Amino acid sequence: MLYVKAGRTPDDLVVRGARVLDPVEGLDAVCDVRVDGGTISAIGAGLDANGHRVIDGAGLVLAPAFVDPHVHLRVPGGEDEETISSGTAAAAAGGYCAILAMPNTDPVVDSAAVLGSLIEDAQREAEIPVGFLAAITRGQEGAELTEMVELAEQGAAGFTDDGRPLVAPALMRRALQYHGIAGRRLALHCEEPTLSKGGQMHEGAVSAELGFTGYPSVAESVMVERDLSLAAYEGQPLHLLHLSARESVDALRAAQAKGVAATAEVTPHHLCLTDEAVRTLDSNVKMNPPLRSADDRTALIEGLRDGTIGSVATDHAPHARHEKEVPFEAAPFGVTGLETAFAALYTNLVEPGILSLEILLERMSAGPARAYGLEPPKIAVGAQANLVLLDTAATWRVEEAAFRSRSANSWLLGHHLTGQVRLTAAAGRVAFEE
Amino acid sequence: MGEIHVMREGFLPPKPPPRRHLISIGDLERDDVERLLATAGSFSRSLEREVKKLPTLRGFTVVNVFYESSTRTSSSFELAAKRLSADTMSIKAAGSSVDKGESLKDTALTLGAYDPDVIVLRHPQIGAPELVARYTGAHIVNAGDGKHQHPTQALLDLYTIREELGRLEGVHVAIVGDVLHSRVARSNIQALALMGAKVMLVGPPPLIPRGIEAMGCEVSHDIGAIEAADVVYVLRMQRERMAEGANYVPSLREYTARWGVTPERIRPGQKVMHPGPMNRGVEIDPRVADAADALIETQVRAGLVVRMAVLYDLLTTGPVPVAAAEPLEVA
Repeated sequence: MLYVKAGRTPDDLVVRGARVLDPVEGLDAVCDVRVDGGTISAIGAGLDANGHRVIDGAGLVLAPAFVDPHVHLRVPGGEDEETISSGTAAAAAGGYCAILAMPNTDPVVDSAAVLGSLIEDAQREAEIPVGFLAAITRGQEGAELTEMVELAEQGAAGFTDDGRPLVAPALMRRALQYHGIAGRRLALHCEEPTLSKGGQMHEGAVSAELGFTGYPSVAESVMVERDLSLAAYEGQPLHLLHLSARESVDALRAAQAKGVAATAEVTPHHLCLTDEAVRTLDSNVKMNPPLRSADDRTALIEGLRDGTIGSVATDHAPHARHEKEVPFEAAPFGVTGLETAFAALYTNLVEPGILSLEILLERMSAGPARAYGLEPPKIAVGAQANLVLLDTAATWRVEEAAFRSRSANSWLLGHHLTGQVRLTAAAGRVAFEE
Repeated sequence: MGEIHVMREGFLPPKPPPRRHLISIGDLERDDVERLLATAGSFSRSLEREVKKLPTLRGFTVVNVFYESSTRTSSSFELAAKRLSADTMSIKAAGSSVDKGESLKDTALTLGAYDPDVIVLRHPQIGAPELVARYTGAHIVNAGDGKHQHPTQALLDLYTIREELGRLEGVHVAIVGDVLHSRVARSNIQALALMGAKVMLVGPPPLIPRGIEAMGCEVSHDIGAIEAADVVYVLRMQRERMAEGANYVPSLREYTARWGVTPERIRPGQKVMHPGPMNRGVEIDPRVADAADALIETQVRAGLVVRMAVLYDLLTTGPVPVAAAEPLEVA
């Protein structure tokens, strides 16, 4: 399900004296970690370097590397905005050891042929392991199911029509019934299109004042409620993409309590910003779903903290410069996030004491891996080295020139953030080092 | 010429902090509005003279760029600039490079290359004035951006109300109709609240945006609520909003029956305003529009002097001296 550049030689190294923090393994100690041939071989104090390269981890945090379940790599068709090579390099710089790419490309990833060619490209150019979701419906047109079993056999990591809702309830039900045969997760973009039609931003006091057509939170939550009802009825699991509204979190929590196997994700921008940010009219705060009210943001943070929402997903959506250098109303939805996610969340949630570092690390790594049935990265002897070395004291300024992504439509340009990725090891090999 | 020199440099009281643009009423403080209205008053007196042209802005260039059709706003800006002896140029989207798919950024860079002093912009999209401001050195005057703002309309409405009622503080204004799609309503709510007036929005629920009370106004869905108002401000009911399937209201007929401003629904002495163009017989009864208490043409006249004041203020950054109202020199 995950594919990476062939011929990478596994690394040998020792990280000495870092705070080794793996909340899932119950590990929190200042010690050394040794990697032999890409596999963690020892964890403890005063480890013998065995002639390996030694990395000084004093004052740094060594954690399981991150997994991003929601990235737009824009290939095929949008190579001017991102490629597998640039997107995975950006991910490595953000501390990620694995990412999942969305299929709303041109052409859509809805056949084994398109998927097969992407996998070949990944085996040539992916800096870190990448998985590809395939569409639920042909052309993401919401009419006919894709050949899910064949796509799964070809290597699809899951199914989604992300970017568009699955409008017809009967089709949603068929997808729930059928996808289990393929053994891959179904991921839903919840948006009732007649309620969100023409919507530019969250409907509320800010849209009323600015004059933008509102995209109300119920446009999301009525679909979340529908999909959870269908999942309960069919006894099938599902994954909810990029939640933004309190009502959605409440519905998810209630469904989980009744035993529905539903997982969900939330983006850094929804966790850090509210619709007040749209007053800047900066096209880099325009995304779908839109930034919502302070109350919605609070509900998302609570949901992430209590585990109702198990994953942080960047929804990294690169756009060409000229596409975003237009009036807000004319700009496309979407912002980048791979290279800033940890620092944005550390600065806005961990530093002010809103969320613990342990929970953030879990929601950025094991949480998303579990949601898609991937092996969670962990710091344990015998595990593949998927590690991130974090400097939680470092402050840096987000600069366009430093992005590895081909696009720079970040809401954080010019902002100062705390928390910097010093090193990322993905699938046994150092993929990024500062 | 010498006197122009004096006007621009000496003579003026301490300058307020420079303001580059007029994009939103939110850019203004109460003092700014007071100064603009006073300046407009001076220009109004100057226009009563036989020679109406002032040399004040000679040598400045004002470019009007209109991406939406407009009669009163574009003509008002053009005449305002001409009355102040500025050079003017008007560009309409139709027949220009915009038709050939040029982006707003490139149009801004192209116009900017001529070093215009002011660009007056009307555009169907919110945020267009900010974008043009980013790519030119000109002062930007927003002549309407989508459903967002139309600040000179609000200023001319303030001017009109104050001329008629002698004050703005405590004046009760009812704004009636399609607030949802109205940049005029948004600018006016902000401007009236800034000046201490009381604003009540009246209209059918789907046409009153959720959350608008946060701007400092009240909301009623009952046309009877206009009774208490000193000024009834009628918004244009845009026929395109009534397209099949839009369902903001079931029909124009039902709208007119419930929310049309008719002689029966207003009190004697209540002033009636409308930003134009009117749909007579829809949002406003022709008998109301033509009555003595209707201020609609007064608004148009106010538009000219207020826009003169805005151009003057941006280009000189200071109150108009009394002498400026005198026709110092005929251009």
